[in-house]
Amino acid sequence: MMDMISRRGLLTIGGSGLLLAGCDSLVGNAKLAAVLRASEQATQRWQRLVGRDGLAREFSAADVSPVFKVNGTHEPTEAAYQAMKANGFADWKLAITGMVHNPMQIGLADLRRLPARTQITRHDCVEGWSAIGQWTGPQLGALLKAAGVKTGARYVVFRCADNYGGEVSKGGAQSSAQYYESIDMVDAFHPQTILAHSMNGAPLPVGHGAPLRLRVERQLGYKHAKYVMEIAVVDSLAGFGRGKGGYWPDRGYEWYAGI
Amino acid sequence: MASMAESADGHSGRLVPRHTGVVRLTHWINALAIVLLLMTGANIFNAHPRLYWGMAGSVDQRAGQWLEIGASGPAAAPRGYLELGNTRIDTTGVLGVSGANVVVGYPGWATFPSQRDLATARNWHFFFAWVIILNGLLYLGHGLWSGHIRRDLLPRLGELSPAHMWHDIVSHAKLQFPKGEAMLRYGSLQKIAYAGTALLLVPLVILTGMTMSPGLNAAFPFLNEMFGGRQSARSLHWIAANLILVFILVHLLMVVLSGPINQLRGMITGKLKI
Repeated sequence: MMDMISRRGLLTIGGSGLLLAGCDSLVGNAKLAAVLRASEQATQRWQRLVGRDGLAREFSAADVSPVFKVNGTHEPTEAAYQAMKANGFADWKLAITGMVHNPMQIGLADLRRLPARTQITRHDCVEGWSAIGQWTGPQLGALLKAAGVKTGARYVVFRCADNYGGEVSKGGAQSSAQYYESIDMVDAFHPQTILAHSMNGAPLPVGHGAPLRLRVERQLGYKHAKYVMEIAVVDSLAGFGRGKGGYWPDRGYEWYAGI
Repeated sequence: MASMAESADGHSGRLVPRHTGVVRLTHWINALAIVLLLMTGANIFNAHPRLYWGMAGSVDQRAGQWLEIGASGPAAAPRGYLELGNTRIDTTGVLGVSGANVVVGYPGWATFPSQRDLATARNWHFFFAWVIILNGLLYLGHGLWSGHIRRDLLPRLGELSPAHMWHDIVSHAKLQFPKGEAMLRYGSLQKIAYAGTALLLVPLVILTGMTMSPGLNAAFPFLNEMFGGRQSARSLHWIAANLILVFILVHLLMVVLSGPINQLRGMITGKLKI
């Protein structure tokens, strides 16, 4: 009798092993992927329902990480970027384009003269680590108001100076492409969403996105686009990259990265 | 064949109601969800196989690090290790290095997908997080409303007395499982295991999971205060998940030892042969 039970037990264990091995073939199933993706919508709606205006926690100067890990692109190798860097970003201009009444170009010196917000926040990487830093820069909402967002606009897209080659260590589909990211109007006009030109009281270092990076504090690190060159106000994400609204979203990661 | 097994066990052969429909439904949904949550969780962990206490922590900020799974040595023959505080244990073959010298935290057989794929693992993890939350709310609502939790799951004071507990431990050790009518009630150890997992560990793993979400941190600032920061919450999430894994392994062992056909029939059809 014990033999029978242990044989059944073995069959059960072996069967579940086969079942789990079979699971890998489900990863490529498009219909299943769509069902799974429904949870991203649920997450975004739930987070907006319970905390649309919530503020990310701000920390004290004592909490600032001794070394803030550099991630993603460490330094864009593109000639255009290197030329701007060599000149101290004096020739760099941020372009605000798309569905705005007053498209504009702003140089770094002018950007630094705008009223700025300083915040000490925690940066949460999708990989699992966190670092705390102090960021200073104008609120994105104020810039967008100055540019005059047209009705019907739904997203703000950030185009970056770097071509990112991906990180094989993260697994999944990897390929090189221009880095970009996008957020919706709720996050664009959130008071803590700023364009940081300074970090920990000094000009933004190259590793962290000089001369300008996005801080969108209620989402994961990959949304915080570095080396921002252009802010495009749009009603659709089609036409950028593969249409999913960001370098990593194009490669399977959630577009809404509040989780 | 089944009846032969049971008569040898000394059963009378009477089929009696044991588990309600809601308990059975939520049990199997839960079983599927928790296996996938553990395996996708292991894949997500592999993206950064280190744990810290406190608000922040990274490879460049290791002051709070208490656990690391890694690899060292030449690329041709790497050694895997588990580092707890200052103690390093060689875990080659399972943790850090597995298969054909593959450098990875948890081995492929323990993760879903079996290859490192943070994006897919996260998609699946958050889908099944919603499943386990909604399923858990159904279970809790039904359990409170029907009295199942109070009546069947929460241990009575007398059941927690040292004498009672000791008796239950000895019976388990001798693999003497209840027979007849006694099969229709949970013993003290069972109650502690089931109530502890369903009412403490699963809520803890859900709340610490929510604490890792930057969006929910802004919506519910008390979460961070409650668990001592995002990295502490990540550590507690991992610890709670491991305790749930231990519960599952013991639970499965007990099902196998106490008559798997009868127990499976009980959780599928609702009726147990006593």
